[in-house]
Amino acid sequence: MKIPFAYVLRNLWTRKLTTLLTAGGMALVVFVFAAVLMLDAGLRKTLVSTGSMDNAILLRPAAQTEIQSAVYRDQASLVETLPEVARGEAGVPLVSKETIVLIAIPKRGSGKPANLVVRGMPAMGIRLRPQVAMIDGRMFRPGTSEVVVGRAIAEGFDGTGIGEKLRFAGREWTIVGSFDGAKSGFDSEIWGDVEQMLQAFRRTAYSSVLVRLAGADRFGAFKARVAADQRLILDVKQEPLFYQEQSKSLSTFISYLGVALSVIFSIGAMIGAMITMYASVASRTGEIGTLRALGFRRSSILAAFLAESLLLALAGGAAGLALASFLQALTITTMNWQSFSQLAFGFHLTPSIAASTLAFSLAMGLAGGFLPSVRAARLEIVDALRAA
Amino acid sequence: MYYLRLVFKNIFRHKLRSLLTLAGLVVAILAFGLLQTVVHAWYAGSDMASAKRLIARNAVSLVFPLPRYYRDRIKAIDGVTAVAASNWFGGVYKDMTPTNFFAQFGVDHENFFDLYPEFGTNPEELLAFKKDRRGAMVGRLLADQHGFKVGDVVLVKGTIYPGNWEFTVRGVYEPRDDTTITRQFYFHWDYLNEEMRLRTPRRAEQVGVFVIQIADGSRAAEISQVIDQEFRNSLAETLTETEKAFQLSFIAQTETIIAAIRIVSFVVILIIFAVVANTMAMTARERLAEYATLKALGFAPAFVAALIVGESLMITALGGSLGILATFPAAAGFKATMGSMFPVFKVTPETVALQVAAALVVGLLAGILPSLRAARVKIVDGLRHIG
Repeated sequence: MKIPFAYVLRNLWTRKLTTLLTAGGMALVVFVFAAVLMLDAGLRKTLVSTGSMDNAILLRPAAQTEIQSAVYRDQASLVETLPEVARGEAGVPLVSKETIVLIAIPKRGSGKPANLVVRGMPAMGIRLRPQVAMIDGRMFRPGTSEVVVGRAIAEGFDGTGIGEKLRFAGREWTIVGSFDGAKSGFDSEIWGDVEQMLQAFRRTAYSSVLVRLAGADRFGAFKARVAADQRLILDVKQEPLFYQEQSKSLSTFISYLGVALSVIFSIGAMIGAMITMYASVASRTGEIGTLRALGFRRSSILAAFLAESLLLALAGGAAGLALASFLQALTITTMNWQSFSQLAFGFHLTPSIAASTLAFSLAMGLAGGFLPSVRAARLEIVDALRAA
Repeated sequence: MYYLRLVFKNIFRHKLRSLLTLAGLVVAILAFGLLQTVVHAWYAGSDMASAKRLIARNAVSLVFPLPRYYRDRIKAIDGVTAVAASNWFGGVYKDMTPTNFFAQFGVDHENFFDLYPEFGTNPEELLAFKKDRRGAMVGRLLADQHGFKVGDVVLVKGTIYPGNWEFTVRGVYEPRDDTTITRQFYFHWDYLNEEMRLRTPRRAEQVGVFVIQIADGSRAAEISQVIDQEFRNSLAETLTETEKAFQLSFIAQTETIIAAIRIVSFVVILIIFAVVANTMAMTARERLAEYATLKALGFAPAFVAALIVGESLMITALGGSLGILATFPAAAGFKATMGSMFPVFKVTPETVALQVAAALVVGLLAGILPSLRAARVKIVDGLRHIG
């Protein structure tokens, strides 16, 4: 015969303080566990949406980031003529020749300067990034010293409002709008006209060339053609893969940190659950004896105590997850070591993270509650009744 | 005296529970110590900064260079005793794995090591380095990591400066004290410049940053201003700051992560507080009848309260000290496996102080709540109470 579930529930309810402390400890652990998973998911989401599989990026060989790269004008023009490149109206090749520099701007709040990406691009560059939409003001006009800023910059940095001026490369650049990059890496960039920037920075070469291919399946052919052309000594990468590679070390760091923290924290929480359950068994020895004398089986007792522990863990897990879900309102800006510039990304809660978080908390409850439950089940009726 | 004995005996009445609590405490205090040490390690670069060194860089951002002739103009400024160029090379050794990453700089070979007295060099090796255009000086830590010896040829693939570059190790510099980071690879700026003149003449004669030595550290702010004034409205305006500020500006860029680690380290303490408070609450509840008996015998409520707080404090003191003791070998183990990421990984006295404080606060707070209840309970109710 099974022990009624209400009995389990009421047992937790009687020891409110203990239940609260144990579940609270677990909730904190679950919170950290979920937060790290969400951060990693947020970073991935940012990176995946930064690129489109139809686009390919060309860089100087061995350059891992756009800042290190240089593509000469003749090379860039040659790329435009390749047959795999998609063409728009009137046969205009869908190619964006860009220059990338970093400038330091003070972060709002701390006032400490952080590196931001400034991207010079032709009008075509905007067309190659369909996920980007203006949210305020208007796009910069080619041939002028106008720039537009990404959403994360407009929100997180000083002096980046519309109408304000940024001073770099010996010029003043007027901010005329801000854009939303749909949580992509572009949210932390400043865009302006490429020819103006090349002049201002006294550069003769572009940093990178972005091309739209006639289809994602043409990438192999395109890569082979570039490799075969002796005049084009350039590396070709698919855009999403390029951005993913760039943030690999940041992503690895976050997941390492997360695993290490979760392991340490869960040890603490499991010990907490174990203490609570052992105490629960010890203080109810007489009760257990009575239950057994009434005819409840050992397995029923084991199940009841395990259920109590699991319930405790589930309550903690749900509370922790609920807390963590509020994190989605936050945006984190930190330096990506590889590209040496700021990257903004948020916490992202997915159903699979919610499921694995709850599974994690149940596993903690199971691990913490198993030994005490076994002890409860193995009590002899006579001893248990006498002990009371 | 008998008070302490009573407290001590009380702890081990519930061996299993006390042991579990202790284990939790050890893990938590250990984790707290390690996380704090990680935060400290992050700042290691700024700890070795000298107050007598300034760094001048392009005001726009670090990726923009400065012209080489600035060197002589900076040197002519009053209060400046020496200037050395330094270029971040950013090359790849072997492959892209993080363990193979180390910092390489092209520096003015003539005086760079004079500016950094914390790098202990052997005069003969230094001379050999100065004489060899392709020579390089490697730090002790780096040399041990990759097994570099004097005479070894190191092949590095350039990313900012394209192509394959060959350097010959001419010497190994030693750390003066344990804040000194010896994981860098220094070679001749002249070699870099000569090659750039051949390969891409536009990029020759350019310097990443100037390391500036000044005679008087207290004039740092004033001299920085004079230097920046000197190049105002030029093509490459400078931003000059103390070496420490320069290093901190790197750290500031990743400060969200440091802040997160810091918060998490305090969450560990919060979790262990929940565990200890739980243990104490249960213990006090089970012994309510005992406390009532003590009171009936004439002991003051304060004594009963002290009994509980004392027990809680003693548990955290025991667990805390075990945790602190365990921090040192754990930090050493961490350094051995993650050494390439953190050149300086040392448990500081402040960390230990914080650990002690955390243990005490947890012990005190965890004991207070149940002790209040035990002190207030009426003798009759307490005697009637069944745990």
